[in-house]
Amino acid sequence: MAGGFSERRIVATAKVQDLTFAVLGVIVLFFAMAMLATLVADLLIDGLGRINAQFLTDFPSRRPEEAGILSAWVGTSLVMFVTALLAIPLGIGAGLYLEEYAAKNWLSDLIEINVSNLAGVPSIIYGLLALGFFVYGLGLGQTVLVGGMVLALLILPIVVVATREAVRAVPSGLRESAYGLGCNRWQVVWSYVLPSARPGILTGAIVGLSRAIGETAPIITIGALTFIAFLPPSPIQAAPPFLNFDWLNSPFTVMPIQMFNWTSRPQAGFHVNAAATGVLLLGMTLIMNGFAIYLRYHLRKGQRS
Amino acid sequence: MKKLVLCGVAALALTACNQNTPAAKGGVDGNAIVLIDGSSTVYPISEALGEEFQKASGVRVTVGLSGTGGGFKKLCRGETDISGASRPIKAEEMELCKQNGVEFIELPVALDALAVIVNPANTFIDCLTVAELKTMWAPEAQGKISTWNQVRASFPNQPIKLFGAGTDSGTFDYFTKAINGEEGSSRGDYTATEDDNVTVTGVGGDNNSLGYLGLAYLTENAGKVRAVPIRQANGACIAPSVQAARDASYQPLSRPLFFYVNKKHADERPHVRDFIKFAFSPEESEKLVAEVGYVPLPTQAYSLALTKFDARKTGSYFGGGSKVGVTAEELLADAGK
Repeated sequence: MAGGFSERRIVATAKVQDLTFAVLGVIVLFFAMAMLATLVADLLIDGLGRINAQFLTDFPSRRPEEAGILSAWVGTSLVMFVTALLAIPLGIGAGLYLEEYAAKNWLSDLIEINVSNLAGVPSIIYGLLALGFFVYGLGLGQTVLVGGMVLALLILPIVVVATREAVRAVPSGLRESAYGLGCNRWQVVWSYVLPSARPGILTGAIVGLSRAIGETAPIITIGALTFIAFLPPSPIQAAPPFLNFDWLNSPFTVMPIQMFNWTSRPQAGFHVNAAATGVLLLGMTLIMNGFAIYLRYHLRKGQRS
Repeated sequence: MKKLVLCGVAALALTACNQNTPAAKGGVDGNAIVLIDGSSTVYPISEALGEEFQKASGVRVTVGLSGTGGGFKKLCRGETDISGASRPIKAEEMELCKQNGVEFIELPVALDALAVIVNPANTFIDCLTVAELKTMWAPEAQGKISTWNQVRASFPNQPIKLFGAGTDSGTFDYFTKAINGEEGSSRGDYTATEDDNVTVTGVGGDNNSLGYLGLAYLTENAGKVRAVPIRQANGACIAPSVQAARDASYQPLSRPLFFYVNKKHADERPHVRDFIKFAFSPEESEKLVAEVGYVPLPTQAYSLALTKFDARKTGSYFGGGSKVGVTAEELLADAGK
């Protein structure tokens, strides 16, 4: 009798605890979401009305209503292109090597710890490194190339770690079957491990790029410009050799710098411009993340069939 | 084979890089660029001048935002043509320039006034003396001066809430020098920010607050904050304004803003000379400087500045130190000599 009573009590207590935690969880979630929603809503209210064709096709100006972000979004796109081109192959290569090829000894442990640590280094440190090494050491100057290189360094650890996680998640049965059929290591990696790790790797790469697109500190440190009213030379030209690499050496600005500058200006019109730039930056990041989700979904589907 | 081709392409790309480096640095005429960097306070002026000069002449202008100190580092490495500065060049920065063989011409490009602001609901302050400001802001005030009646007995017994510039800014350097007598000496228990908009929000939201910021921020936020007139040596109470800063009657919180021009670049690059001529032509400069919220130089200072530039008079009036209450004419007094 007493036992039945206490069992019921235990169940009742557990139910109460359950409910309490669920309610607590909802409240926490609500606060987190409300905070984010407030920030985004505030940005949208301030900035959405300012986004129009003129804003996207004009250069910066002293007059808020005439100012635009043409040089900034072109700069951001070019820098991100260089970043992606450098960070993704290097990061995937390094991740694959560490996971599939490297001997498991103290050296690879050391590298692993350092790569994880690098992901937590403040971005300004990368900026200082790039200023000392790329800009002055190698004499590359304050160019699109250096901007892309510093952001690539910044997100390299993210890509490496994501690649390793994805590769590690590939079932060892798959590898063993492939070896069993007589594949060599390269064939196993290229034809089996990489394809099944691809969704995870791509997600990591896009998460890295989404971080890079919002970075201001390292780009300011290497000396990116704020006012620039001309575009880098076009990468494609009519005359042979059709491709032109001059844009890599062009001075540039990026959207976060433009935003940073506008928020600290006295005129309220510039604050609206900053909010509009923020909305666009948010949009670009969302599109990139959406693309990653789509790719992941698409590639997973492809794998199963 | 494939690898060889790749190497070849990479090498070609690098060669292309090298060939184009001078163009990117503004050495070649067809691609001439006026390279400006420096203080964020001077930035709106450089931007306005750059925008109009580019429209008028077709020569391209870029402006960076490295801060006064960062700008001097670049100027003294010979990377930029012109550096904007919200304070005079320091001795160690002059030393760096000297090591690299870079000579510079110091030109005041505009004036700025620092405004002491309070909440519009604050009715008891009509005027403050420099001594009273010092009581509030001196390092000794830290933790001690916390109510208004400690500043002046007739003020109410209400807490003071202070907002000011962050220690990295030229505004902080100038305010502390002008009020506390020594650059960088200030109490630390106040809300410090590099962004004057934060000061506006803070002072606008608290009836017992006081802060200081650049004149442009006062003009743009006229309803939200009120400027406190400062008692001058002759007893008059002068409020910060374009006129009061221009005729030097608002002291000691009026300050010149500078362009430091690389002398060698001025000699070798015609587009840099053209830009300076444009920047110091009264009809353009007065209008543009006023439009971005700063105080244009007194009219006669423009021709003095051009005379100084044409004579390529190098070095700093301040000799590596700093001084309060220097007028544009004094700065340019030795222009022709």
